[in-house]
Amino acid sequence: MRLLKDALARRAMAVIAALPGLLVLFIVIGLFLRSKAILGVEPLSRFLFSSAWSPMKGEFGLLPFIAGTMWVTLTALALAVPVSILTAIYLSEYAPRWARRAAQPVIDLLAGLPSVVYGAWGVILVVPFVGNVLAPLAGVYSSGYSILAGGIILAIMTFPTIIHVTLEVFASVPRALREASLSLGATKWETTRHVVLRKGAQGILAASVLGFSRALGETMAVLMVVGNVPSVPRSLFDPGYPLPALIANNYGEMMSIPRYDAALMMAALVLMLIVLAFNVLARGILIRVERKVR
Amino acid sequence: MNGDSPISIRNLSVLYGDHLALKDVSLDIPAKRITSIIGPSGCGKTTLLKSLNRLLDTDDGVRVRGQVLLDGEDIYAPRTEVTRIRRKMGLLSQRPQVLPMSIYDNVAYGPRIHGLRSRKELNERVERYLRLAGLWDEVEGRLREPASLLSVGQQQRLCLARGLAVEPEIILGDEPTSALDPQSSQNVERRLLELKRDYTVIVVTHILRQARRIADHIAFLYLGELVEQGPAAEVFAAPKDPRTRAYLTGEIS
Repeated sequence: MRLLKDALARRAMAVIAALPGLLVLFIVIGLFLRSKAILGVEPLSRFLFSSAWSPMKGEFGLLPFIAGTMWVTLTALALAVPVSILTAIYLSEYAPRWARRAAQPVIDLLAGLPSVVYGAWGVILVVPFVGNVLAPLAGVYSSGYSILAGGIILAIMTFPTIIHVTLEVFASVPRALREASLSLGATKWETTRHVVLRKGAQGILAASVLGFSRALGETMAVLMVVGNVPSVPRSLFDPGYPLPALIANNYGEMMSIPRYDAALMMAALVLMLIVLAFNVLARGILIRVERKVR
Repeated sequence: MNGDSPISIRNLSVLYGDHLALKDVSLDIPAKRITSIIGPSGCGKTTLLKSLNRLLDTDDGVRVRGQVLLDGEDIYAPRTEVTRIRRKMGLLSQRPQVLPMSIYDNVAYGPRIHGLRSRKELNERVERYLRLAGLWDEVEGRLREPASLLSVGQQQRLCLARGLAVEPEIILGDEPTSALDPQSSQNVERRLLELKRDYTVIVVTHILRQARRIADHIAFLYLGELVEQGPAAEVFAAPKDPRTRAYLTGEIS
């Protein structure tokens, strides 16, 4: 009887554990089926590499949106990763214990804030800052609703995640290992750079991947500050129109236009594949790093 | 101070918050000898050892009173540069802590930090100290491999070579054989006995037999107090304090 229960439990848990994996497959298949309507009409490359977007005329080039997504995400990461790592280094290696204790709940709180809150804050603060301060500094005109504003907001939103995970990575580096380096006469910074960072490289990379994945799909806050103009951005101060914003803005309003629905499904599918490809790439890098240092 | 004692501890007290971990310890460490700090666990052995190269600094809420004189210089004086102090001592910890890099880079790490750049000199140093630690023959052909691939016993000898490579005067060991199998332990003990020709060695141990095998000088700590110290032969043959006698006969541990 007990053995039977054990066997049953094992089966049940195996099925449940397999669900998330299957879910990814189902989503891809579902999106693919819904976007097939448009695939039959024109070749795939037309959608991916054309920047003509006028649904009324039946042109659905996704390039501006793909470019918008990449621009915003890369800007966000370029800002978020270094700042997060330096923050985590400070908190874990230099700050007194009380500061670390005080900072951690605040960081976790930031991670849990709804993204509309970030969006609203972005509209009242970041957008004017970009439009009135940064753009004139760079000698260009910008309304402020731009890739840069989107990137800044996204960076702020990904900080907490990256900092949190990086802190845990640093905490897992044994104290005695730091002491080994210090006892050779290394300074704290040398120890951090050569020992702690190196030992934690893998984890930091994983933390960045986590942040990246979140940034790629983040919709609301970005949509509110990025300008939503369907053209390929040429500078950080240009407005952009990332894929998630496109889908969120238009879904439900496009019933009258033929094939619009399928085009949006296509957009979702592309977004999904970008996230997937990125994760696979990151995993590859992770494995290589793992082999190199241990 | 006197030339026979590179380290003089003067009235050293260490407080962790309210807890007095070391009480007014005074001790002269004889040069080019192995001094064993013995005592039951929790008696302050490791604290005493870490106070010598100021690794205590990394703990939160530690207060140190008294002096530690290293070649006559008070290492706790506000002006003292801590990296220079630490460089004079190599540390062996309880479990070997290899740095996350290759075998070669582990040994070259210290010299590089202190500004040695010449490839040739680095190569020489790596070889010299790996030989001195008795590891060269085992790793000669695989210096570029990650150090983590070595066995625990080899790792501990690598740590020894790494510590020696910054050319210290003193070797500190914090129960350096506690994670090792008997054979590797014996190997490390043999190295220490050889090294005392050129270095002053201080080893914390909770294994009495180890202290008997290697120590020239004994310091017995009990509950943060330095109960007895003296030449190993005397302390083992005729302990003066009843607590030392009790510890040596196994009544307290």
